[in-house]
Formats: sequence, structure tokens, C-alpha cells
Amino acid sequence: MSKEPKTMADGLTSASMRRKLNGDLILKALVACAAIAVVALLLGLGIELITHSDLSLSKFGLSFLTGTTWDPVHEIFGALPFLFGTIVTSVLALAIGLPVGLGVAIFLSEKAKGKRVYGYTLGTLVELLAAVPSVIYGLWGLFFLVPILKTYVEGPLHSYLGFVPLFASTPFGLDFFTAGVVLAIMIIPTISAVSRDILNAVPNSQREAMYSLGATHWEVIRKAVLPYARSGIFGATILGLGRAVGETMAVTMVIGNTPRITASLFSGGYTLAAVIANEFTEASYPLYVSALVEIGLILFGLALTINLLARLMIWRMTKNTRFRV
Amino acid sequence: MTGLVYAAVAVAVVPLVLIVGDVVIQGGSQLSLSFLTNLPRPVGVPGGGIGNAIEGSAIIVGLATLIAVPIGVGAGIYFSEWPESRLSFISSFMNDVMAEFPSITLGIFVYIIIVLTTRTFSAISGGVALALIMIPIVARTTEESLKIVPVSLREASLALGIPRWKTVIRIVISTGRSGLATGILLSIARATGETAPLLFTAFGSSYYFGGNLNSPIAALPLLIYTYGISPFPQWQAAAWGAALVLVGFMLILNLSVKLLIGRKFAGVRAEI
Repeated sequence: MSKEPKTMADGLTSASMRRKLNGDLILKALVACAAIAVVALLLGLGIELITHSDLSLSKFGLSFLTGTTWDPVHEIFGALPFLFGTIVTSVLALAIGLPVGLGVAIFLSEKAKGKRVYGYTLGTLVELLAAVPSVIYGLWGLFFLVPILKTYVEGPLHSYLGFVPLFASTPFGLDFFTAGVVLAIMIIPTISAVSRDILNAVPNSQREAMYSLGATHWEVIRKAVLPYARSGIFGATILGLGRAVGETMAVTMVIGNTPRITASLFSGGYTLAAVIANEFTEASYPLYVSALVEIGLILFGLALTINLLARLMIWRMTKNTRFRV
Repeated sequence: MTGLVYAAVAVAVVPLVLIVGDVVIQGGSQLSLSFLTNLPRPVGVPGGGIGNAIEGSAIIVGLATLIAVPIGVGAGIYFSEWPESRLSFISSFMNDVMAEFPSITLGIFVYIIIVLTTRTFSAISGGVALALIMIPIVARTTEESLKIVPVSLREASLALGIPRWKTVIRIVISTGRSGLATGILLSIARATGETAPLLFTAFGSSYYFGGNLNSPIAALPLLIYTYGISPFPQWQAAAWGAALVLVGFMLILNLSVKLLIGRKFAGVRAEI
């Protein structure tokens, strides 16, 4: 293509080839720019967060992570209460959301297979849960779930099991527990959708081998399917965790927004994302803004780590099948 | 044990029924034509509406779509047409990561690069923030829907002497267009409901859009948030009305995508 044409026929071919080549090059250049833009955006995000949390990073260093006081008036910033709140609510969300999400996945992939109508309908309903905006969960949580949980769940737990530190303080409604429950509802679709795909990727030979040994349906699921899918399900769980960690609006609306470290689930708390949402527009001096950006940076780091871990797990499980999260 | 599995399904579905039911009951009583078109009114003055928020959301999401579709579709084409390249590997990986990112960090990012430079909260910055939410969804669904276009179609086109770029645009994209449309619609649905990235970009406003993209603008989810946590029953009621509009929009968009385009793209999940 690159060498000079020797005959007229050669010239014609070469010219038309060049025309094709140019069109191809233009297309490739255009779409490559878009692909580069994606990379640039993520890198830019990381770089901007680091440079703009510079003030806080250099003033507090590592003590930012261990400090328990968040006092903008006296310019003291410690992020531990928020980190604590994020971890407590996310773990609680997983504790509730994982069994339920996994149950739904087992139902969709093992029980409802071939039963189109109700399997499809229920699958769609659960997927729709993922489409409901976060702020709607918050609104519903605030007006519907808070009073109900306070009266019917937290109240009895506190009066009967009040000696357990987890349930020690007087139920308030706007607390870690409610936030955890709302988050659990929000991550169920993630866990169930990913786990369903994982379970579908388990080779049928695994199931058939167990059946041929005379196992019941449930034994097949428990002894052949779930162990095989273990690492993928772990990945789905971590992905759900990632979603819970970054969730902002719903948590902000139901957690009470008080920076506190306590063993009691019935006490008000605060999370990393919630403090950014509440205080960012009110931050009145550079160090304050910088401290909030650093909280964003912590969130960025957490989300990145969790995501990489989840992807690694799921990739190991499904590398042989055409599947992607 | 089967009982437990059914119980899990019930536990997962009940909240959806409760949420939608609650939104319809509480919000239904608010709905009227004037509610959908009026400006919000101060506490104690009856007849307020959410007209500016609906208008604002439409404008920001429109802007976001204009930004996100070219970048998302372009990146998706690159991922599916040149899957072996190193750029494809890195970029599609980062795209996956970005899709799962806490949306509030995207808000901070846009605040830093746009709001700090222009020194004002603005419709533009809100649009860019939502575009960052949409790009990964559009890119991923584009890639997925182009990849399932049969190789034989490409080969037939190339064999006729049609250059590759024309093959991609006329054959591959046009065959995969329903998947592309799905991705774009779902990303619009997702962006319309996003609140966190708008808190310090679009910021909210109590007026109609005044024609200046460089000034703060109202948005439906922002209004639901501020009115929902306000202590005034009148505002809380308005929040429920707005919630009904938002949930209705999301569900209609999601269900119609599912019903019209069918199960073919069910693997490309709504929440990505």
C-alpha cells in the first residue's frame, strides 16, 4: 500500500485502498479518543481528589484516619467516626442482603429455570428494585421504615436483649440499624443479579454428576453448585459491599447524621458519603473543604480496592464463559 | 430449604411493592396539572408545584445525554471493534470501575473542575456530573450489543468491498441499534434519579430556568431530598408528589425498554 504505484491499475487499487484506509483511520481515531476520554476521566478524578485534599493531608497526615473529633469550628478534623459508620452500615447491609440476594439467585437460576412466566416476572421485579433512585429509598425509609423499625423491631430487641451492647441504647429510629436495613434492600438486586449469572455459569455436568449419585435437588445446590460458584459469589458480595459503601442519599436521610463511635446499632451515626453530602456546600474555609475532599479520597480508595477485588473474584470464576460484570 | 429460598424472594420483592405503593398513595393525592407546572411556594401558601424541577431535570439530563452519548458510544465501538488493543483493555477496565464509583465523588470532581473555575453552581456542571454517570453505562451496553452482531454479517459486508468504517456504521451499528437504544434509555433513567452528584453542581433553585446555563438550576431529585428532610408537612407532601413523578418516569422507561426490546439484553442489567 505504501509503495508508489507502478501501473495505472496499481494506482487505482492503491487510491481506492487509501480511501478505505482513511475512512478506517478516521473512525478508529474518533472512537479511540472516546476510549482515551474514559481513561482520562478516571485518572483526572484521582489526581484532582489528591491535589485538592493536599491541605488536609499535610496538616493531619495519618491522624486524619484515626482522629475521632470532627470539629469545623476549631479546625480539628478526624474521619474515624465516618469510617466507622460506613463500615458498620455496610457490614450490616451485607449480613441481611447476602442471604436474601443469594436466595433470590438460587431461585432464579435453579428453581425457576424453564418456568418462564413467574421466574421472569420475579426476576424483573427484583431488577426494578435497582432502578429505584436512591433518594426515593431515603424518602420511604424516613417516613415509612423508620417508625416501623423503631416500634416493631428495635423496641422489642432493646427491651428483651438490651443487655447485648449492640442493642443497648434507646431506639431512636434514625440510626445505624435503619441505615443498614435500607442499604440491604438496595444491594439485594446487585448481589442477586451477579450471583444468578455466576450460578448460571456453573457447568451442568457438576449438577448431573450429583444427581446421578442420587442426590436431591437441594443437595445438588448445596454440595455441587454453591461450592463451585464460591469465589464468584464472594465477588458478587464484594460488589454489593462496594455499592453500600458509596451509597449517599438514602443513608444520609435515615442515619441521624451524628459523628459517633459506639457499639450500639440503635444510636445515630454518620458515614463518609453522608458527611460530604451534608457539609460540602457549607464548608467555609479551605482546610474544611480540603478535609471533605480527603474524605472523598478515602471513599475513592475504598471503592477502588473493593471493586478490583470483586472483579478479580468474578473473573476467576467466569473466565471461561462469556460473561462480564 | 426450598421454603427459605421462597422466603428470600418474598423479602426481596416486598420492599418494591411497599415503596411503589407508598409513593403512589402518598404522592397520588398531590398530583394535579398545577402541581406539575407551578413554581414551589413558601410554606403556608397553597398551590405550589414542581414545574421548575421537572424542567430543570429535563435540561440537565438533556445536556448530560448530549455529552455522554458520543463518548459512551464511541468508547463502546472501540471496545467491541478493537478488543485486542492495549487501550481497549485499560479503558474498558476503567469504564467498569467508573460504573461502580460512588456518585458523590464524581460530584466533588465536577465541583473542582467546573464550579471552582466558573465560580458558580450551574446547569452545565450538573449536566457534566450526570454525564459521568451515564458514560460507563452507555459504553458497556454499546460494546455488549455490538459484540453480538453476527460475524457473518460483517464478513458479507466486507466481502462486497465495503470498507470497514462503513461496515461498522451501516451494518454493525444498525444491527445492534436496539441494544444501543436500550443502553441510552437506561442511562437516562439512571441519571434522572441521581441526587448526590447534583448537590454541589446543579445546586437547586426555586425558579424556572432563566436561559443561562451558567446559573444554578432546579432538579427533581434535589427537590425530593430538600423537601423530604424539611420539617414542614406541606413540603413533605410535595416531596411525595415529586417522588411519584420520578418513580413513574423510571418504571415506565425501564419496563418499556424491557417489554419493547425484550429479554435479549437482559444480561446488560439496568443497574450495571
